[in-house]
This record gives sequence, C-alpha cells and structure tokens, in this order.
Amino acid sequence: MASVAEDVAAYLARRARWSPLEIAFWICAFATIWLFPGKHLILTEAAILALFALSLDLILGYAGIISLGQAAFFGLAGYCSGLLAKYGLVNEPVIALILSGFVAAALGFVTSFLVLRGSDLTRLMVTLGVALLLGELANRFSNITGGADGLQGVTIAPVLGLFRFDLYGHTGYIYCLVVLFISFIVARRIVYSPFGLSLRSLKGNTLRAAAIGIPVKRRLVAIYTVSAGFAGLAGALLTQTTAFCSLDVFSLDRSADLLLVLIIGGTGYLYGGLIGAVIYKFLQDWIASLTPQYWQFWIGFVLVVIVLVGRERVEEWGRALRASLARLGARVFARPVAIGGAASDGR
Amino acid sequence: MPILETIGLEKRFGGIVATHDVSLAVEKGARHALIGPNGAGKTTIINLLTGVLKPTAGSIMLDGRDITALVPHERVRLGMARTFQINQLFADLTPRESIGLAVSERLGTGGDWWRLLGRKSAVTGEIAEIIERFRIADVMHERTAILPYGKQRLLEIALAFACRPHVLLLDEPAAGVPEAERHELLATIAALPDEVTVLLIEHDMDLVFSFADRISVLVNGGLLLDGAPEEVAHDPRVKAVYLGEELDA
Repeated sequence: MASVAEDVAAYLARRARWSPLEIAFWICAFATIWLFPGKHLILTEAAILALFALSLDLILGYAGIISLGQAAFFGLAGYCSGLLAKYGLVNEPVIALILSGFVAAALGFVTSFLVLRGSDLTRLMVTLGVALLLGELANRFSNITGGADGLQGVTIAPVLGLFRFDLYGHTGYIYCLVVLFISFIVARRIVYSPFGLSLRSLKGNTLRAAAIGIPVKRRLVAIYTVSAGFAGLAGALLTQTTAFCSLDVFSLDRSADLLLVLIIGGTGYLYGGLIGAVIYKFLQDWIASLTPQYWQFWIGFVLVVIVLVGRERVEEWGRALRASLARLGARVFARPVAIGGAASDGR
Repeated sequence: MPILETIGLEKRFGGIVATHDVSLAVEKGARHALIGPNGAGKTTIINLLTGVLKPTAGSIMLDGRDITALVPHERVRLGMARTFQINQLFADLTPRESIGLAVSERLGTGGDWWRLLGRKSAVTGEIAEIIERFRIADVMHERTAILPYGKQRLLEIALAFACRPHVLLLDEPAAGVPEAERHELLATIAALPDEVTVLLIEHDMDLVFSFADRISVLVNGGLLLDGAPEEVAHDPRVKAVYLGEELDA
C-alpha cells in the first residue's frame, strides 16, 4: 500500500487538474463560433446568462447563500457600462466592462453585510429587496437612466479598438464567450483554492467552520463581493452587445431565471450554470416557436419533471457516463491514471 | 500558571442561571475531566470557553491572556480547539478535504484564493499524519456523510486536533459509539500527545477514571469540587449528588 502521505499529495495535485471532459466542453463551446454562425444572437444571450448563473453558483453552490437579488448587480453594471459609453467617459468596451464589474462588486461588498445574518428566507427577502430598491431608484432618476424608455443613444466602440460590433452579433458573441471563459477560469481557480474549499465548509456547517478557525463572516463577505462582480460583468455584457439598457435589467424575473437555470444545470460544480443556461435558452426558444403564447407553461412543466426525476438520479447517470468515458480513455491511452478516483472525490 | 483558567464565570439565560461563579483552572499538560449530572451545565461551559456563548460575567484566560471578548475563530488561532457532543462535520467533504481545510486554516493560508490547495509538502505531510493518527486512512476519500458513526467520531476529534491546539476540549467524545468501535476511539484519545492539555467533558465514568488525572465536579451550574480522581471518588458530597450508585455498584 502506498503511504498515506503520497496518496494525499497525489490526490491534492490532481484535484484541480482539468479533466478531458472539461477540455472537450470548452472546445465545443468555441467551435460554435464557426459551426453555428446563424445562432450567434441567441448564443450571446446564453453566454451572458451562463456568466450570470455562474455568479449565483459561486454563492449558492459553494457558500450556500440563496439570493433573489443578483439582478441588482447585473442591472447596476448594465447601466454603468451604458452610461460610460453614452457620455464617452470610457469608450473602450473591455475597460468599461471591468470598471462596471468593479462598481457591481462594490455594491456587493456593501450589501453583503445584510446577508450575513439570518436564515435562507431572510436572505431571499433582503436580496430581493435590494434589487427592487435599485430598480425603483433607476425609475426615479429617469433623467440619468432614461426611466421606462430605457437608456437611449448608446454606441459601443470597437472592442480593443479593433473589432466592431456587427448586426449579426458575431463580434458580440466571440466577445461574450471570451469574457465567459476568462471569468470561468478565475472562478475555477477560486473554488479549487483553500478559500474555495473553506466556502464549501461554510455551506456544510458554519458552527464547525468557526470551530476550526475559519473567519466565517469575512469569507462570506469576500465571496458575495466576487459573485456580485461576476453578475456585474454579465450585466455590462448585455448592455454592450445590445447597445441598450432598460429597467428590466433589475427585474425579479432575471434573478428568478437564474435559480431555474441552476435547477436545470445543478449547483456546486461550476458547469451547472453554463449547461443550464444553454438548455434554458434553447428550450425557451424552441418552445416559444412551437407555442408562442404558452411557452412558460412548458418551461414550468419541464422544471417539475426535472425536480420529480431528481437531480441526484441525473448526476448518477452523469457519473456512470464519466466512468465509462474514463475507462474508454484509459484503454485508448493505456495509461494507468486513476481518473475514477478523482471524479468521485474532487467533483 | 494554569494554561486555561476561568474566573467567576457566569451565564444567565433570562432568569435561569446556567453557569454560576465557576472558577476553574486547568494545568498545562493535564488530563482534566469535567463531570456532572445531566443539566449541570457542562456543555454551556464548553460553549463559553470556545466563544459560542458570551458570559454574563467573569473572564476566561488562555495562557495568561484574557480571551473573554474574542470570537470563536480567534480563540482557535490562539490554540484552543473543541469537539462537539453531536457530530458537527462537513457532510459533503471527505475526511481528507476536511482535515486539509483545518490544516491550511491553521497555517494561515485558508484565505488564499489563487493558490491551489496542498502544493506544499508540509501541508500534505501533516494531513497524512493526522489521518494516520486517527485511523481514518481507509475512509479518507469517502464522503463524510456516509462514514460509520465511529469513524465520524474519530474525524470529529481529528478536525479539532488539526488545529494544533494547546488545549483540546473534548465534549463527550465516546457518546453513542457502539461497543465494537469504542476501543479504537479510546485508544486514540489515550494516545494524544502529552503536550496537548485535554479538558474532557464526559458522562462515562469508566472513561473519566481511566483517563483523567484531575476531576472537577459541576452541579447545578456551580463547581462542587475539584481534585484528584481518588479524592473525588471518595468524597461523600459527590457520592450524594451524583456518583453514589455508580461507584458503589
């Protein structure tokens, strides 16, 4: 038997390694640029929703904070990037995007202290309240935001001064996909760090987390801030790709959609938001083309079925699939790599 | 100088006095047991010591330093860790991950968000050492939720031990452990390093008298007596309020 120390070291070393399945996922994602040029507009929406869902997964799937108010950060950054472009304060979209993300993160930091206390229900209400509050503020200050008419006259300069946004959304899609990918890498790095592991302990048991020396509040504030920043990036992307921003960015529907996306895709492994967003968008599109009036009925129906079948069963199928792929891979490459062990352990 | 000391510790919940004027001194390296009948306030004292509860009056000194105002995780950093009477574990993490978490937290790297976990051999070595010490190597890659109860109890202590405490508070470590797994648990407790001071809260008199070199008796929230095991076993007051039947039997 290998010594425990070697075993632990080997496990920790391979824990954060990119699995073949993950690499395949991203190759597929980038392949859509060339494979489905006609679908770029809806794919852009999916990419933005995916990034937005990723932001919720960071707090819900890892730290166990449930929120109905991610739209607050989405909307704030949406308006922020819109205003930056409209008044020519910052013309270059990437810099405006990053700035807007930081503004959203700042709001996240300030409001994080509201979600530290209380149960899930209180958190739902408090986060929802913050989003409603901002929505009303945007409505009230219509001289800045354009009120119910939305923010008009936004023109977005070419990305990095090179790539002009086009009518078919090609540039917009590639831009969103790249931002999503970079954000994902950052999020992935975070969740595999000691900080990320400590978040999962908070989700499990805050009492014990404090008892092994984890500063619970500080960690929650940190991840809530980061999550707000990610939500902000998504909001800014929406404004930049549509050259428009309306009060709807703060709507409850947006925050609620995120929960649906994560129910479809699953939480706590980062890909849930991405897969869920793609399924949700295309399901919505497909059903809407079949029955334009009743598409929400069918979305609801699908959700009920998913809940009845149960996430765990679906995950079991996923594990079985992964295990057989791993066996196949091991046979093809004839390398003695214990992929099965990594999958059952690391997530 | 005692390593852990309470001075006139008091805790009231509304009109109820759960802890009344407890002045307890635990010497460095001691195997100190705190016993008392149900409802005597033993767990309240643990919660006061670790900072889960704030005392109404009195103070707590750790290694000569007043820690009364500190929050739980700060007390852990100063070298006091505890286990729980009812398991408080991370159900979704494996023992390996749980212990890794506690170790990196103690090394002050728990907040690092850009470094990957366990890239230092010191960390992995220590995780492995704790896993072996607490005999959980065979289940270290399983989800904690599905471990046998005895293994969970061992992990409960291992997690506290991973904080490298000077003072370890064990809150009924053997509670509910089936006979078959009990021996393993008691052996690991007996094998705790000498330099770690242990304060044991326990119901089980066999364990108390085989393990402790000093015993404090708590009755109705107040300290009744404090002495060597021999003394406590033969004290008529202790017999009267608590130990009588069990010791005579």
